[in-house]
Parts: sequence; C-alpha cells; structure tokens
Amino acid sequence: MKLPEVAGQFLAFLARLITGAQGHWHGCPPKAEQRIYFANHQSHFDWVLIWAALPHELRAVTRPIAARDYWTKTPLRHWITREIFNAVYVSRQRSEDEDPLEPLMDALRSGDSLVIFPEGTRGHQPEPAEFKSGLYHLAEAFPGVPLIPCWIANVQRVMPKGEVVPVPILCSVTFGAPLALEPGEDKRAFLTRARAAVVALREVS
Amino acid sequence: MGRLRNLDVTQQVALLFVVLFGLLMLVTIVSISRSLRDRTPAQQELWERYQRDLRAAWMAAVLFWIAWISGAIGSTLLFAIVSFVALREFVTLTHTVRGDHRTLLLAFFAVLPLQYLIVATEFFDLFTVFIPVYVFLAIPVLSAFGNDPQRFLERTAKIQWGVMVCVYGMSHAPALLLLDLPRYEGRGAFLVLYLVLVVATAQIVQDVASRRLRRRPVARAISRSFSWRAWAIGAASAAIVGALLYWATPFKPIPALVMGLIAGGSGTFGEFVMQALKRDAGVRSWGGRTSVTGAVGLLDRVAGLCFAAPVFFHSVRWYFGF
Repeated sequence: MKLPEVAGQFLAFLARLITGAQGHWHGCPPKAEQRIYFANHQSHFDWVLIWAALPHELRAVTRPIAARDYWTKTPLRHWITREIFNAVYVSRQRSEDEDPLEPLMDALRSGDSLVIFPEGTRGHQPEPAEFKSGLYHLAEAFPGVPLIPCWIANVQRVMPKGEVVPVPILCSVTFGAPLALEPGEDKRAFLTRARAAVVALREVS
Repeated sequence: MGRLRNLDVTQQVALLFVVLFGLLMLVTIVSISRSLRDRTPAQQELWERYQRDLRAAWMAAVLFWIAWISGAIGSTLLFAIVSFVALREFVTLTHTVRGDHRTLLLAFFAVLPLQYLIVATEFFDLFTVFIPVYVFLAIPVLSAFGNDPQRFLERTAKIQWGVMVCVYGMSHAPALLLLDLPRYEGRGAFLVLYLVLVVATAQIVQDVASRRLRRRPVARAISRSFSWRAWAIGAASAAIVGALLYWATPFKPIPALVMGLIAGGSGTFGEFVMQALKRDAGVRSWGGRTSVTGAVGLLDRVAGLCFAAPVFFHSVRWYFGF
C-alpha cells in the first residue's frame, strides 16, 4: 500500500470513529456504476462523511469537487485533495473563455462518479438553500448517469463553521432513489424537484 | 462450592469463561434449531430483538475475554473505548448547540482520557472527586465562554449528566480491577465479571418477567414494561446469581447475595432512566435500524453497568472498611 492509500484509510477510520459515518441505502444499492451524488451542504466535513460512508471499492472512483484557489494553495492541501481524494478542481473566478463545468464534464466523460453540493456554499438553515444550475447542466449533458440524492444528518453539530476540532457525534448519510432529467423538463422545475428529493430523505432516515 | 474456592486464580477464571461460553453456545444452538419456525409479525419482531440481544451478549462475552487476557491496562483501555462510544451516543441524543462545542471537546478529549488515566495509575483519591468536583465546575465555566445564554443551565446539566454516567459511572468498572482488597490481590477481574454477570442477569430476567407478567407499569409515559414486581424479580435473581458466584469473590455467601441485589437493582434502575432519556430525545426505538443517527443502542445496553458500577464499587470499599 502506498502512502495516500494508508492516509485515506486512516481518514476514513477517523471519520467513522468520530461520526459513525453510517450509510443508509434507501432508494438504491451501493453499486459500482457511474453516478452523480448530490447532497445538502453544511460543513467542510460533508465530503469526508459521504466518502467514508461509501463502500471501500467505490471510494477510489468517486471524486469530490474542490475550489482550485483554496485547495492548491499549500502543498499539504494540494496533496490531500490530489492524492487521497483525487479531487476535480474548479476555479471560482469566472473567466470569459472557460466553462466552469468543463472539469466536471471531463471527469464524467472518463467514467468517474462525482459528489456535488448544488447549494454552492455551506448553509446555516435546517433546510438547504436553492440549488444552483450546475446539476441541471450535468444532467442534461449526461442523461445516462443516475443522479442520487443524499441527505447528511447531524453534521453541522460535529464541526460548526469556524471550529477546527470535530466533536464526536453520530451522523448518517441517506442515499435515495435515482433521479433523471425528464424530457423537456424546465431548469427551475428540475432543480426544485431535485432539492425536494434531498429534503424528503430527512424523513426517511 | 468450597472446592471451587480453593482453586487458583487461573483455574477459576477458566471455569467462569467455560461456563459463560458454554451457556451462550447452548442458547445459540437452541435458537438456531428454532429459527425456521413460522411466526406472526409480532412474534417475528420479538424474535429479531432476541437475536440482536444474543449477538450483543456474544460480543460482550468476547470483549470481556479480551479484557481478561490483556490485563489491567488493556481492560482499562477497553472500557475507555466503550465509554467514548456511549458518550458519543448520549451527546447525539441530547440536542447540543454551537455554544457547547468547546465544552464537548473538553468532555471527549480531556475529561474522558484523564479519568481513565487516573484509573490506570490507581490514584483513587483523585478518581472519586475528579469529575464530581473539578469537571462539574469546569464545564459551566467553559460553556459560559461559549457566549450563548439560551437554555444555559439545561445545556450544561445535560453535558454534566452525560459525563457522570458515561465516563464516571463506567470508569468504576476498570477501577474494580485495580482495587487492592485484603487477601484478594490481583483478582479484581472477578469483581468486574461478577458485576457484569449480575447486572446482565437482572436486566434479562426483568425483561422476560415484565413480558410474562404484564403488570400495570409504574410510569407509563416513560416505560410500558417497568413494573415493581418485574424489577424485584430481576433484582432477586441477580442476588441469587451473585450468591452462586460467591466462591469467585472476596465475599461470604450472604454479603455476595446482598451485593448482587444492590448491583442488579441499581442496574435495572439505570436502564429505566435511559428509557426516560430516550423518550425525551424523541427516539422511538434505538435498536439500530430506525434511529435517525444510526445510534447502535450501546448506551441502552451499558446504562445498567454505568449505574451499577459506582454503587457496587463503593459498597465493596465500605464492606472492607477503607
């Protein structure tokens, strides 16, 4: 085993020790197929939690999205996101000639699964904020990839914004039934439906 | 029984574990042979619960065996881990807020390891006062720095109570291991095993009795199954098991009976209190599957021990007059 693998195993163990990181598969089984997972976003810990809740075999092919300016700033951050998580980097600054979704499209074209947080930023309310349109564009470009809604419960208590040390509190990730873009479905209608699918999982879990 | 008393430590322990694992094996074989029967949904639910309890009993037995072979330090560490998991579950159930963050960090990463370190170093004077005095005062101070006056007393009390039960109560179990009793050196593991067996007996018997008897519950809003008679039957059977195990303890038969009664009785009270807590937190069942957070139900199972251990520990100390 190489160092990134060991570090990854250790991180997953740590996440499980602190949060339990239980995955509840309600609408679909954990399966080695290409998927886009989308979830509510409340803490920096969200990604690690989903990642640790996935079975070991799926972790290597499921990639997070990281902001390039923040996560490549220091060698350590860069190493963690590149070597352990195999993150897809996106730029937060919009430039004229570049589509911000292009790196995500590239990853999907090469067959990887993605985890995205369509709210765009960490929320403070119990309800997730309105979804940004990125999810819609991905669904449009890759109609064959199932979109899996996920609800992450309790994580805001583990590490509230501004704190660095997590408190051990049990969390769970509930994976719901796959969604797909209906033919001719309006962007706003689809995003509302996707958000409702995530919120609905709160009751199931 | 006199013959058993004359065996040396290793033989007695071996005997206890053979009996324990033998009993479990017997129960498992019987339940496998009955696993194919047709059942109504209600029976099926009972059966599944029984299966979960049996699995838990196996796990507990194996854990104790590991604790025994790994010696005093190993078992202190083991109890510390159980304590950690129980406290984690407790904190999950009590709705802590942002302002509690630092206090919780103190509880998990300072109080818990320190308490077990004190146990391991056999510093018993500090051990009994560390949490009830120093931590009791430190927690509200740190919580006040959290800068959130809303429901301040309630939040602080919850954390204190969790630390008391999950850390302080539990830490008395490994402390028994290290207690140096006259003419009983190095046999503390028996006391722990005695305590656990007695508490488990009380809980199991009380559970069965309350299902069979169907008496009017004492506090319906908290538990539908807790009745005085079932509690008394549970405590009495704990006393009998305690008396039967007297050869492994430093007690004479009658004190062993009384110790069993005290430990078993307080253990089942602990379970009852946990049910009240569960109702307060709005959890219907923490059998594992239905709970929001995926709480594994460990707290439910160790609550009896957490309540019984301090009571038993101090009873033992008084009995020997030190």
